[in-house]
Amino acid sequence: MQKKKGGQSVIFQYPVTIKSTASIVGPKEGQGPLRDYFDLTLDDVMAGQKTWEKAESKIVEDAMNLAVKNSGFDNSHIDFVIAGDLLNQSTATTFGVMGMKIPLFGIFGACSTFGEGLGLGAMLIDGGFAKNVLVGASSHFCSAERQFRSPLELGGQRPPTASWTVTGAGCAVLSNAGEKPYITGFTAGRVIDMGITDANNMGAAMAPAVVDTLVNHFKDFNRNPAYYDVIATGDLGYIGHELVVRLMSEEGFNMSENYTDCGIQIFDRETQDTHVGGSGCGCSASAFSGYYYKKIKQGEIKSMLLIPTGALLSQTSQQQGSNIPGIAHAVVIESSRQDR
Amino acid sequence: MNTSQKSKDRFQRMVKEVSPNSAVVKNCVKAFFSGGLICCFGQFLTDVFGKIGASKDDAGMYTTAALIFLGVLLTGLGVYDKIGKHTGAGSVVPITGFANSMAAPAVEFKKEGMIMGIGAKMFLVAGPVIVYGLITSVAVGVLYYIFGR
Repeated sequence: MQKKKGGQSVIFQYPVTIKSTASIVGPKEGQGPLRDYFDLTLDDVMAGQKTWEKAESKIVEDAMNLAVKNSGFDNSHIDFVIAGDLLNQSTATTFGVMGMKIPLFGIFGACSTFGEGLGLGAMLIDGGFAKNVLVGASSHFCSAERQFRSPLELGGQRPPTASWTVTGAGCAVLSNAGEKPYITGFTAGRVIDMGITDANNMGAAMAPAVVDTLVNHFKDFNRNPAYYDVIATGDLGYIGHELVVRLMSEEGFNMSENYTDCGIQIFDRETQDTHVGGSGCGCSASAFSGYYYKKIKQGEIKSMLLIPTGALLSQTSQQQGSNIPGIAHAVVIESSRQDR
Repeated sequence: MNTSQKSKDRFQRMVKEVSPNSAVVKNCVKAFFSGGLICCFGQFLTDVFGKIGASKDDAGMYTTAALIFLGVLLTGLGVYDKIGKHTGAGSVVPITGFANSMAAPAVEFKKEGMIMGIGAKMFLVAGPVIVYGLITSVAVGVLYYIFGR
């Protein structure tokens, strides 16, 4: 059977199940609308560590271990870890998973990392290269602010288009044996640059990449938005969401019914002062691992398209005046598999 | 996604349309009054220092030192950024803002040590202000030397 489908997609021949998930978030996220769904909410963004970077690694470590524990496996059953974060050289991930003694594939897809990880993990399992794969992604408001923006104590104003980096990690154990939900397909994203340069409007930078991935996904699978109960992007926020709805409508797809965004869902716009919403690798990772996974398990959602989205920039690329391209990976998650 | 220049231009117009602008008028009014309040407080300090016997020059110097101290203290207590969120330029432009711009990186990069952290990063925000402030003052000095006397 040909597993590559159309231009950018793959379809899985064998069952790839999401055996378990785990999500750990910071105190602010723990006060947001999804608070009841996370496995663990920290009292303090330091997570008992001395630095923010170490705190992020600790969150990764705890979330990874919790996901394995929730799966009923132990570390020796996990063939590979696929994970990433936003810090330079992905140190949150490498230091976080060090103690697990499982081979690691460190990946970077900016905030789309969780989607990239799910896609690659599912391919490893479907290809017979692994039985169980642990996938994860993380971000931390404080470590991200200092790397990408300015010191936290500096007194300034955030523009209304800015997003708020989620402190949190989400992890999932993928397996070749188990019950729903299944990852049944994946559409890998391309790097799309539409000339956005404003690092305080990342939803706008990423929206075109979402549209590119969505249009190709629907073409490759011969589907339309109505096929899914929910379509959820990673961290576009209100502005990016609106742009996707408009652009998709121009492409002939109606996205006004079942399309939402993890960044919109994770914070309360009115009370949490997060402007357009949440962002960061941890946004889609924790929202899926916490909220959506449970909703699918409970049967409230039968099929969803999860599209973690990344804005591809560094402080250097910004200072040198480069544009901010985007990338988006689409993962099909369903509660049943059609016979193939 | 069509990434031709024409589509990019169109998309960027769409982004402008969808993205809310900063509340410029409201922010300006808040900055005007908060900045003015800090300056009035400075004048108050100068008057007090004058009353208790400082000369005019000394009173100004004491005021500067006191405002810098307060800026650093409020930064260290984690309050200055919360004020700055509302006051914007009102708390950036006065000397307390300059103190904040030095203290904030010092607090932030403490974890990287005294040399590579605090020492190297303290001027992260204020550095350009000092560099171009010095250059401008030299240029003005030269112009004054030639034309001003």
